[in-house]
Amino acid sequence: MNDAQPLLTVDDLKVSFATEEGVVQAVDGVTFELGAGEVLAVVGESGSGKSVTAMTLMGLTRSPNARFEGNAHYKDTELIGASEDELRRVRGAEIAMIFQDPMTSLNPVHRVGDQIIEQIQEHEGVPDQQARERTVELLERVGIPRARERVDNYPFEFSGGMRQRVMIALALSCNPSILIADEPTTALDVTIQAQILHRIRELREETGAAVILVTHDLGVVADIADRIAVMYAGRIVEQGTLDQIFYDPQHPYTWGLIGSITRVDRPRPERLPAIAGLPPSLANRPEGCHFRPRCPHEFSECPKVPPLEARVDGQAGHLDRCWLPVDEKRAKREVRPGEIGLETKKEAAA
Amino acid sequence: MATEPVTEQTALQGPAAWEEEAEREQVHGLGPWRLGLRRLRRNKVALAFGLLFILLVAACLAAPLWADNVAKTGPNAQHLTDTIRVDGETKNVVGLDGVPIGPQYLKADGKFFLGADRTGRDIMVRLLYGGRNSLLIGVTAALITTLLSILLGVIAGYFRGWSDVGIRALLDIIWSFPVIILGVALGVALALGGVEIGPISISGNSLAIPILIIGFVYIPYMARPVRGQVLSLREKEFVEAARAQGAGPLRIMFTEVVPNLASTILVFFTLLIANAVLLEAALSFLGAGVRPPNPSWGTMIDEGVDRIATAPHLAIVPGVMLVLTVLSLNVFGDGVRDALDPRAKVRLEH
Amino acid sequence: MLRFTVRRLIQMVLVLFAVSVITFLIFNVIPNSDPAVRMAGRQASESTIKAIREEWGFNESLPQQYVTTMKKVFTGDLESQFTQLNVGEEIRKGLPRTLSLAIGAALLWMFVAICLGLYSAVKAGKFADRFLTIVALVGISMPVFWIGALMNHYLGFKLGWFPNGGYVELTEDPVDWAYHLILPWTALAILFIGFYSRVLRSNVLDTINEDYVRTARAKGLGERQIMIRHVLRNSMIPIVTLWGLDFGAVVGGGAILTETVFDLQGVGQYAAEAIGQLDVPPVLATTMFLAFFVVTLNAVVDILYAYLDPRIRLQ
Repeated sequence: MNDAQPLLTVDDLKVSFATEEGVVQAVDGVTFELGAGEVLAVVGESGSGKSVTAMTLMGLTRSPNARFEGNAHYKDTELIGASEDELRRVRGAEIAMIFQDPMTSLNPVHRVGDQIIEQIQEHEGVPDQQARERTVELLERVGIPRARERVDNYPFEFSGGMRQRVMIALALSCNPSILIADEPTTALDVTIQAQILHRIRELREETGAAVILVTHDLGVVADIADRIAVMYAGRIVEQGTLDQIFYDPQHPYTWGLIGSITRVDRPRPERLPAIAGLPPSLANRPEGCHFRPRCPHEFSECPKVPPLEARVDGQAGHLDRCWLPVDEKRAKREVRPGEIGLETKKEAAA
Repeated sequence: MATEPVTEQTALQGPAAWEEEAEREQVHGLGPWRLGLRRLRRNKVALAFGLLFILLVAACLAAPLWADNVAKTGPNAQHLTDTIRVDGETKNVVGLDGVPIGPQYLKADGKFFLGADRTGRDIMVRLLYGGRNSLLIGVTAALITTLLSILLGVIAGYFRGWSDVGIRALLDIIWSFPVIILGVALGVALALGGVEIGPISISGNSLAIPILIIGFVYIPYMARPVRGQVLSLREKEFVEAARAQGAGPLRIMFTEVVPNLASTILVFFTLLIANAVLLEAALSFLGAGVRPPNPSWGTMIDEGVDRIATAPHLAIVPGVMLVLTVLSLNVFGDGVRDALDPRAKVRLEH
Repeated sequence: MLRFTVRRLIQMVLVLFAVSVITFLIFNVIPNSDPAVRMAGRQASESTIKAIREEWGFNESLPQQYVTTMKKVFTGDLESQFTQLNVGEEIRKGLPRTLSLAIGAALLWMFVAICLGLYSAVKAGKFADRFLTIVALVGISMPVFWIGALMNHYLGFKLGWFPNGGYVELTEDPVDWAYHLILPWTALAILFIGFYSRVLRSNVLDTINEDYVRTARAKGLGERQIMIRHVLRNSMIPIVTLWGLDFGAVVGGGAILTETVFDLQGVGQYAAEAIGQLDVPPVLATTMFLAFFVVTLNAVVDILYAYLDPRIRLQ
């Protein structure tokens, strides 16, 4: 963790929605910090609350059915309770976002260049010609060939990967301090995935923007993240640097995630390892630790909600939510020599 | 609580466990029809209008009861030269100046409850009998349209190829004729000579003529959306799965496609009745629909508009009945559509 | 764009041909009686019937009959059985009136429907929205001829706020022309305002949930700009096509009913009077004329749609 003032401080953020099936607690007390220029990966499966967290920072989850608690401090603005005017100032110019599905995220009836110029003009009011020049430059920077011609194309004239690059160009157009990327590669081919992530990393280095990368794929973040926050059922269950998470994971769920990454440097397993069971229904969660039903190492402390704390000596920034003592964790997570994974309850019993 | 089943099932591994999990969830959750019914039940306005429609239909069906027991006259019986006793006075049913008597309500024991028309016929009796005709025509025509639309829409949408091209061309051409023009053209042509369908010969005066015409004219209105939905359903995974299991096209059509069309069909059917009743009124108003002396709301409005200067109630009464009927169908149909709309999920206020 | 236009125009011609064939079939083939007898009307003499049979070629083969009928219609060689007036002439005289009615009503309903539809969508779920929905539903439940007759009677005849029907030429007196048309425009528009405001409301509500609107919001754009440049602009596209189609439907249908009630003597009323008397030649001619009008208009609308929605155009 850097010692400078963090750019973004999220404190015990809670988001709930009223639906026909009851109140859904999508985000259940999320706390983290983001330093300037850092890449924070927020990893979790669908329903973990990671996207809701990201979108709430931009105020995009506001609706009559939504209830918010907690804070999110960005520079000197409090995002959660901010007025629409304040949020509008922040959106695009300070915090920008790229979304999961590039096919539907751009307006089909406006030209691509116009959509970028629109954002530039909203925040900076520069002369048209200048905005246009900047847009062409941005498109070149994200790797769109023949940018000068293609700036007048419509979205449907681009492939998925190209559209996502346009979205990145759009997001960076006003030099934001934070770029939130919500599953930017999920809807794209694996080959394009690598290119997009590579581009995000390059641009981060060029512009110095901090990045919050939301994804369900732990393998994707290994190349690009500084710190990782693992989310499960609305809570952050583990948080630490890239090395800490990959080499000394403390939470059983994290073990499962790491164990399920297929590796090219190992012999192919007989069966693709998976974490048994399903995430809990959002409206109906178990008491205490949410991961209990799927955890083979459940014991007497687990019905109490484990707080997110640093439990490992010498790793002050490494937080987790598991009651197990640290040495037991290190013992239990080894399923086979040298491999980290989550054994099933059946195997644990044996 | 979701905890127990999950704990037991974790003893099993992999996809089998997850499927069992999902099945268990489904029993606890509500299928789309039950959910829709629940939503509809909450929509008091739609239910009220649905009830209104039923009451109106019941009243019209009870026409003979009213005619025989209260008004003591038939729908076509003219009382041009008769008199009735009202409050001890004797009044002419049709005055010497040709102006018929206005609504008497209960003053003459229910006779001429809503007044008389220019040939002395009891409006209330005609209204109820006319309603029977109008509703009969509306509902039967809607049924014809629905059945033919499903047939054509499913064939065109599922089999594609030449049948699709042919059916689509046919629908487009029929729809090129404005509904009233086509109805009128057919009405005029068939009124003069009747029509032969195979061995059945129908006279120009029969009610079957407007039924057939209206039923025919609205086919594209419903067949095209049905076809569109079949097209998209066809590509859905469950249809592909059925095909992979070896099910033949007819079986797929009946077990997979048609049930999913049910909500579209239901909504359209309600709206069709409303449109059919309105079209019948328009055609009869122009003289190309129900032929005298058969009463219908359309013919009554026609007669009423002629005399609107001297006896406005002649036009107002059948019009109001018509509007109430069509309105109740529209409001109810709207409620059904809202209830079945999956988009309506997150709508409650907290 | 050019390729699309040409393709669409060819399609239009084919449909026009089909329409003419169907009209022919409706009037001369489908009914189960002698077409000459039908055309001659009631109480026609034998000689009249024979003359009609000669003139229209009912003794000849069907394709030959078709050609004869089409020739008569297109060269204007048609006369009403009862009034002996030339059908083509009457249609020509009535056309400007019908168009005045239709265009005025169309503009009125479009403007009002957009306002109401947008307002309902923005206030979705609240009382204003529910109220407007009921109002719209009442609007589409009322037969235009009924509400028109009532408006004419009460607002025109009884209260004298508006003229009691009739038509004034635009060239004579534009103000009076409009004054006479206000009630008919309103009566005709009510139905469509009801329908269109709800379609727009539904489109807007759909569009508001689209991903690209979320992107627009994430860009920090103001609500009004989002509403107009992104939501309305995209919601309007299907409305424009519908509007074009319904304009044709008005000319081809709603006009008939409204003109009769307000005595505007347009093509619609001409057709209505012929219908009432079961006078075949005018009904035949007006059916074809109006159907042709609609088909042509649909083609124009499609071409316009392709211009507005680049996805259609460039594929």
